[in-house]
This record gives sequence, C-alpha cells and structure tokens, in this order.
Amino acid sequence: MQSDRIFGLVATVLALAYIVSANQTQISFLTDPVGPKGFPILIGIIWAISAMFMVLRPDPQPEWPGLRTFGALAFAVLILIGYAYALKPLGFLLPTAVAAGVLSYQISPNPKHAALTGIGLSGVLFLIFKYALGLGLVAVPKWLLG
Amino acid sequence: MDILANLALGFSIALSPYTLMLAVIGCFLGTIIGALPGLGPSNGVAILIPLTFALGLDATSALVLMTAVYYGAMYGGRISSILLNIPGDEPALMTTLDGYPMAKAGRAGDALVLSGVASFVGAFLATLGLIFLAPLLARVAFLFGPAEYFALYLLAFCTLGGMASNNQAKAAIASCIGLAIAMIGVDESSGLPRLTGGNLHLYDGVDFLVAIVGLFAITEVFFFIESHGKHSSLGVKLDKVSIPWKDIIVCRWVMLRCSVVGFIAGVLPGAGASLGSFMAYMSEKSIAGEKGGFGTGVAKGIAAPEAGNNAAAGGALVPMLTLGVPGSGTTAVLLALLMTLNITPGPTLFTENPEVVWGLIASLLIANFVLLVMNVPMVKIFVRVLQVPPWVLMPGVTMISFVGIYSLSGSYFDLLLMVGFGVLGYIMRKLDIPTVPVILGILLGGHMETALRRAMLLSDGDWTYLFSSPISIGLWVAAVAGFVAPMFLRNILKKPQRVTD
Repeated sequence: MQSDRIFGLVATVLALAYIVSANQTQISFLTDPVGPKGFPILIGIIWAISAMFMVLRPDPQPEWPGLRTFGALAFAVLILIGYAYALKPLGFLLPTAVAAGVLSYQISPNPKHAALTGIGLSGVLFLIFKYALGLGLVAVPKWLLG
Repeated sequence: MDILANLALGFSIALSPYTLMLAVIGCFLGTIIGALPGLGPSNGVAILIPLTFALGLDATSALVLMTAVYYGAMYGGRISSILLNIPGDEPALMTTLDGYPMAKAGRAGDALVLSGVASFVGAFLATLGLIFLAPLLARVAFLFGPAEYFALYLLAFCTLGGMASNNQAKAAIASCIGLAIAMIGVDESSGLPRLTGGNLHLYDGVDFLVAIVGLFAITEVFFFIESHGKHSSLGVKLDKVSIPWKDIIVCRWVMLRCSVVGFIAGVLPGAGASLGSFMAYMSEKSIAGEKGGFGTGVAKGIAAPEAGNNAAAGGALVPMLTLGVPGSGTTAVLLALLMTLNITPGPTLFTENPEVVWGLIASLLIANFVLLVMNVPMVKIFVRVLQVPPWVLMPGVTMISFVGIYSLSGSYFDLLLMVGFGVLGYIMRKLDIPTVPVILGILLGGHMETALRRAMLLSDGDWTYLFSSPISIGLWVAAVAGFVAPMFLRNILKKPQRVTD
C-alpha cells in the first residue's frame, strides 16, 4: 500500500516536472504541427495519470528487506559509484579487485573467498578483455608505478 | 521458389567456415549463459552486446553470433529451471512447474533431454514459420505509413503492458518512463537539445544499452545481495542421461500443437515468449484435464511450455525483423543489437539487405541442430556450470557490464547512469512494475515520435488522420483490446505461481 503510494506520488511529481521541462524546449523557426514539445508533453500527461492511479489504487505492500540489508544495498551502490569514478584514473586491476571482492563478500560473507574472487576476477577478466577482445584497458596507471 | 533462392543465398553465407564457427561459439556461450542461475537470455545477451561491438565484427557476423547466443540461452534456461527451480526469465517460469518436480523425483536426466527435444521442435518449426511468414508480412509492411506505424508502436506497448504485468497502471508508468527517457537529447528534426537539464553528457541522449544492462544485469546483482544467493544450491542429483524415447513419442502431438500456439503468440507484437509458454502450458493442461497430473512432474507438462517458449522466441523475430517491433524482452535486446549495428529493421531490410536477413535465418536453422546435439549428449557439461557459486558469478557479471559499457564511450557518466538504472530496476521489480516496457520505450520512443510528427505533417495537423486507414483502425482496436481485456481475464486466467519446496 504505502510503497505504491509513495512511488506513485514521486512519479507524479517527476511527470509534472517533466512536462514543465518539456514545455521550456526551444522551438526553431522551422517547425511541424507537433513540434519538439508535443510528444514529450503527451507522454508526461499519460505518465502523471497512471502515477495517480498508483496512488489511488495501490497494490498490497511488497516484502521489503530489513534495515541491515538496505544498508548493504546502499553500500553496494556506493561501491559501484566509486568503481565508476575510479576505473579511469586508477586503471583496471586495482578498482576491479576491490569492487569484485566487496560484492562477493556481500553476497556470501566469507573473507577468504571474497579476496580470491576479487583478485582472480580482475586478473582473468583483464587478460580476456585486453588480449582476447582487444579493448584498450590500462592495467595500472603509470603514476602509481612511480 | 523465391524462398528457395533466398535460402540458398542465406546458406551460402551461413555455411562459410567463419560464420559457422561463430554460430557454434554462440550456441555454446548461449547455453552456458542461459544455464547460469541469475542470467537469462535478456541480460546475458545484453551484457555481450557492447563486447561484440568492441570485437569489430561486421553486421552479419555479429548478428549470427548474437542470435546463436539468444537461441542458446533459450535452450540453456531450461537447465536452471529444471534443476534449480530458478527460471532464467519469465517464459521459463512455466517449465519449472513440471520440470522441477520431475527432477526431484529422480528423473532429472529425462526432464533435461525431453525439454531439449521439445525446445528443438518448437524452435525448428518456428524458424520454418519465420521463413514463410516474414516475407509476406514484409510485403504488407510496405503499406504502412506513419499513422500505421504510430498505431503499431502503441499496440506493442499496450499488449506488452496488458499481458505481461499484473497492473495496467504500473505497465503504463513503465512505458512512459521509457518513452520519456528516449526524448532526452538533441531533437532530430530541429537540432535543438531537449530535456537535458543543461547536462552536456545528455546531449547525445541516453544509450539504450546503458539502460538495458543497468535494468537487467545490475538489478540482478542487487537481488543477489538481498538474498545472499541462498536460493541457488543444487538440490537435485543428475546421474546418467539417457534418451526417454517413450516420453518423447507420447509428447509428439503436444510439441506440435504447442509450437503452433507459441509461434502465434510470438508473432503478436509485444506479447512474446511469456505469453507463448503460458498459453501452451495452459491449453495442454486443459486438454489433459484433471487426470493429466499437470504440475506434478509429467512429461507433457515439460514438453508443452518448452516447445511453446522456443516457438514464441522464433515467432517474435517476425515482427522484429519486418516491422521493427520486438515481441518480448529478449527480442527487445536483439533489436538493440540491430540498432547498434546500424541495421534498421523493417520491410526494406528484406529488399535492401537480403544477405543479412537470410544469412540470419539460415544460421538459426543451423544453430538449432547444433543446439540439439550440444544439449542432449553434452548436457552434463552444462550442468557443471550451475556449480559456479553466485559469489563469483555476480561480481563477474558486474565487472563485465562495467567494462562493456565503459568500452562504448569511455565515459564515467554512462557507468553512473547504468548504476542508476540498476537501482531503478530494483525498486521497480520490488513494486511489481515491469521493466521491459522501459526498455521498449527507450528503443522505440524516437521512432514513435517521428511517426507521429510525420503523420501530422502529412495531414497538416489533423488528428483524425491517425485513424483514417483500415489498417490503423484495426491496430488501434487491437491496442485498446490488448490493454483492457487482460483486466477482465485476469480472474479467469490466473497465472500459476512458482512451486516451492
């Protein structure tokens, strides 16, 4: 109940924001009857209507995980965001080993397995990507090697 | 005779040693991907697309490789359905209903071989159907103007939303989110940016591959973290594998009937493989009646959904190739592949790039035989794959997704977007909001808008033009019916729930 209502409410607000933002689209002097605004606004309206339906007629509450699992999920998201930022400046091997290790630990809390997974995956995947697929990955950046 | 000449052209491409090798590799990889718990056809194919792109294959080769993976994953999906009770994707759910009980009763090998044969029959007949139906539909598709295309896209969203989800409003939200995302970026006809919020990274729009990999692969990782990979231990023993001739012969008509049902369901735009396996299973269940024992692990209950599912997968290629409208989540991913390779599906594909279409069809026929050979005697090899523990598999999937998306543009922004889609996918799946319409929206949004704007340009802004031809009226009626009818049928046609231990 509550979850659907909250999601529906957030979706309605987003849809309205989308309509406003679509309405601010610049229009060039060469334009067709619909123009660049028409279709996005139409979508925004349908979006808002169906989101309102979710608020008014919500489904039963889904089974949400406990607070601890939520913490673990939030941490996983942070790790993935950090990985996205680290991939370029720190090279492939180091961030991959850390990120893969942490994710592995989160799925099954066994430090030894997790460490081996991290190191193994980063090494094996690097070899596959670099030599079998020919992607231009940097193993370790120069500045780290001194 | 046209068909024979076209097939000859196709086989001349598909039988070249290089293409043949790609098809075999694709089948092998596909079966493994399908069998891995937590990786189904859609997310498996999705994470491979950016990597195929990086390999620099030409369009035909890439297409042959990836469709072989697609067919292979459909075959492989049954392995985790039967042995682990984990469907790789939605259509495979029906196979667990009888497959898992049969495996628990000590007949795991029989169940695997029988489902492999049923998959072969379904996929083979559907490929034949594709050969005959696709050129016909391509000819009809030439009659489609912008108004008809707009109605057709709408039909795809309506049937997908109506059939595949439990709540119409939620399916509509998902479609709108997808379409709304597709609008972001520079508007094609005016050249001005739209809805970017001034963010330069968004000027090129949101790449559909980023969304697909995020919604399918990254979301799955979050689910594994939530469940700690608990549901994936192998509880069933597989001893020796022999061919259960008796069961296969008993099921021969079931397989044929279900192939036809599945193929028809697959051809409907937007309905796809889930509907195919569902209708196949339910119709056989009602034919067999109470005494049939469906749900307790009977042979027919395995043959029916597998034949239906694979026939639907083949049937879904008909609207995908001729009209550019995918019939299921996985075909949406294949459409993404075509668009990445700069091939525009549609009737012109058949006249302008016959070598692509017919080479693909010939490879599908070959892939099918390869898969039968791989999946019956060699099934034990693939069963080994199930023993890959989730704490190695899921980090591996994540890293492959990151590198694949990173190799597309080399920008961290796409990676962040992908994580964002992963979170969105988690929330949506928790709330029982389907994610496939989001992908369909991102894929088709641009085309849908273009069709609408062209139609309005032709009619000078007269809205009634959208309903002015018999074809478009038919499509509108079908769209409304496809969206509304399931609301009333839901009580009658209750989806069977997963069997639990």
